[in-house]
Amino acid sequence: MMRLELVKRPQRSMLFSALSPFIAFGLTIIAGAILFALLGVNPLNAFRIYFIEPVSQVWQLHELAIKAAPLILIAVGLSVCYKANVWNIGAEGQFILGGIFGSAIPVLFPGFEGPLVLPLMLLFGMVGGAAYAAIPALLKTRFGTNEILTSLMLVYVAQFFLDWLVRGPWRDPQGHGFPQTIQFNDSAVLPELMPDAGRANWGFVFALIAAVLVWLLMSRLLKGFEVRVLGSSPRAGRFAGFGLNRMVFFAFLLSGALAGLAGISEVSGAIGQLQPVISPGYGFTAIIVAFLGRLNPLGIVAAGLVLALTYLGGEAVQSALGISDKVARVFQGMLLFFVLGCDTLIHYRIRLVGMALTKGAAKLEAAPKLKEAR
Amino acid sequence: MSANHDGANLLEVRGLTKIFGTLTACDHIDLNIAKGEIHALLGENGAGKSTLVKMLFGSLEPNSGEIFWNGEAVRITSPGMAKKLGIGMVFQHFSLFEALTAAENIALSLDDGSPISSIAAKARALSFSYGLPLDPDSLVGDLSVGERQRIEIIRCLLQTPQLIILDEPTSVLTPQEADKLFETLERLRSEGKSILYISHRLEEVKRICDRATVLRHGKVVGHCNPREETASSLARMMVGNEVKAVVRAPAEGIETAAPLLEIRALSRKPATPFSIPLKNINLNVRAGEVIGIAGVAGNGQGEFFESVSGEVLQQDAGSVRIRGKDAGALSITGRRLMGAAFVPEERLGHGAAPRMKLSENLLLSRHATDGKVFVSSGGLVRAAAVYAAAQRIIVAMDVRKSAPDPEAAALSGGNLQKFIVGRELDRSPAVMVVNQPTWGVDAGAAAHIRQALIELARSGSAVLVISQDLDELFEISDAIAVMHNGELSKPLPIAEATFEKIGLLMGGAEPGHAEHALETA
Repeated sequence: MMRLELVKRPQRSMLFSALSPFIAFGLTIIAGAILFALLGVNPLNAFRIYFIEPVSQVWQLHELAIKAAPLILIAVGLSVCYKANVWNIGAEGQFILGGIFGSAIPVLFPGFEGPLVLPLMLLFGMVGGAAYAAIPALLKTRFGTNEILTSLMLVYVAQFFLDWLVRGPWRDPQGHGFPQTIQFNDSAVLPELMPDAGRANWGFVFALIAAVLVWLLMSRLLKGFEVRVLGSSPRAGRFAGFGLNRMVFFAFLLSGALAGLAGISEVSGAIGQLQPVISPGYGFTAIIVAFLGRLNPLGIVAAGLVLALTYLGGEAVQSALGISDKVARVFQGMLLFFVLGCDTLIHYRIRLVGMALTKGAAKLEAAPKLKEAR
Repeated sequence: MSANHDGANLLEVRGLTKIFGTLTACDHIDLNIAKGEIHALLGENGAGKSTLVKMLFGSLEPNSGEIFWNGEAVRITSPGMAKKLGIGMVFQHFSLFEALTAAENIALSLDDGSPISSIAAKARALSFSYGLPLDPDSLVGDLSVGERQRIEIIRCLLQTPQLIILDEPTSVLTPQEADKLFETLERLRSEGKSILYISHRLEEVKRICDRATVLRHGKVVGHCNPREETASSLARMMVGNEVKAVVRAPAEGIETAAPLLEIRALSRKPATPFSIPLKNINLNVRAGEVIGIAGVAGNGQGEFFESVSGEVLQQDAGSVRIRGKDAGALSITGRRLMGAAFVPEERLGHGAAPRMKLSENLLLSRHATDGKVFVSSGGLVRAAAVYAAAQRIIVAMDVRKSAPDPEAAALSGGNLQKFIVGRELDRSPAVMVVNQPTWGVDAGAAAHIRQALIELARSGSAVLVISQDLDELFEISDAIAVMHNGELSKPLPIAEATFEKIGLLMGGAEPGHAEHALETA
């Protein structure tokens, strides 16, 4: 008889901190293979279609960048929140509000053109996302509400608000009754990076810049130190003179602004108008991206590309094999599940204990075991 | 294993060894405890006392070695098994639920399902017969620390143990409460029970213990009869060499010096149901002097520290004044910028962030105070300067560590404390407020910290030390005030202060406190 036992490590393991996402990815592949086999599909063929074909041509890489950009932008902001122990789950709503605020300019002033339009739209998008994120921050600091619940519930409010806008006041009068706004004029559209090669737009560049800036913030600036102290030991943070409430606002406003920027970039770049649905769940998938990327902005860039691939792969298996594209959600869920599971190995190591060996020297010489007797 | 079990020894330990990674916490420990003796286990922090006791109580498994109980070889694999054998333990840190009554707390640890009323009756009878007055129906949250300890002792006695292990039992008691405890221990000894008494207080070991085993660096360095030793000879055995005595030059001209820290009519409502309100506290600390605040733990010292440090702000800005200016409305950063420095009681999680490096923990309290040395005006952390300063403190305070810049949690408590105190001394603050400066620090390092605090004062700073260690306060203070139930007595000049006077004040004997003393009696 053997059983598994978790033994706390004296120090967190740097090795497993780096390895954990890769182990998780491997486990996801294994579980995915079983899933495909149960669906009656040859797993090898399915994986080729899922992971390799979607990125085998240059234009497809552009599609990958389009999907990765919002994931990275949002996840970079969320990483600051989660490091600060602030649980913003509502990035999807902040994304939508960013899209709505930024779209206000081309929708309400269709005649306004010129080089100022786009920067203003992006700014409005950031303000919209930040303002929407300020609501759970205010509720938490003033009334002690749980930000997980409030930020999550505000997502549904945002979705219905957008739905009402595009069916009501902002509907295109010449749109044959379709629930959508007018097409944005040319100066309100985020330009493509390399129009001859593919559709990727400046949103991806924004994502990379945001990742580098937030990395600098977290590793080089006092503000980043403040985030880490308050997130890991709030009492020491208070002793340092850092304000917990100020930090809640900072984390929510920053992540809200980045989610808002992602929202308006998506609407202005990839879509070109407002529709009832502008996100395939980027705000939620970004939570997985943030954790898969170890809450490190540079790791998040890599994780964002991986998760973007799961979206493209989901579409590919749907068209090639006739499997529901919900398989993408399953993959994303498994990935998060495994990465959180593997993170246990950062703080614990696994030991096999022989149950039969209850007496004799064998047990005395087993590895030291520290019970929680302190 | 040469057997010599004539039955006189209740417990015999042979070659007990415990290894954590590369550290041998206990190295071939031999220990004999006879029936009906009080046996002292002496040693500095980190000498291996706690590890040894945890192995005896079944919460740690030894790597090798043998334990004989009444002459029989036994393997103690769990605290439950230790209890069954007849080993009881009273921990230094109590595990009691404040919202439950004493009897309910006792019932929780006895898993025999007997009704609360019968447990309360038994506890009442036991407390009466051992002279440990305790009302089993009172809420733990309302009890003093001494009374809480009685619950732990009675809980232990209810299991009719043959051997009782007491871990630093007097560290939370007033001298008078300690006297009562000693009477109880002597009574237990007369009934033939054995007691393993863990302490680093040499005077009380000399007073009540029959034999002593001294540990140093995980090894037994000697067995002795403490009554035949002097306090200094015991200290030498514990430390391995002479501890340099702290030198306190007489403070001159203090009476005319300007007060650098003034507390005026400071009051604070309790923040939680179990915290202590502060009532009209007044105190001046002048340039050049060390004021000590004595008191049994949990009498408002923590609340007082938070109020003075600025972690909690005051309604009245004038209730805390630093260098002649109102500071009551300023945050801890604002007070630091006025020249004050603070060392809280809890090291991990309050004075230091456990999972951060020492250099980052330097930044914790000094990011605002050192001009642009550590943080540029753009908010950029100057990592090289922070690292260099941390190394400077590590050298100055002789901080022992395993890596150049380890995480705070990787240091032993004493070494981390040296760093945290050194972090503030390095600034030469005008006002220094320290809560428990040498808690858990070995004797050599404690002497170093105390000397540094005296020297800081003599160089013209005001030093306020809150401590439960009376020996320490008598060693370094120019005057001692006593905190009891959220009130602060007048400071007693050191020339007039005696252990007895301070002890009575700690028990609440100040005229103004008489009312409360009656309540709790």
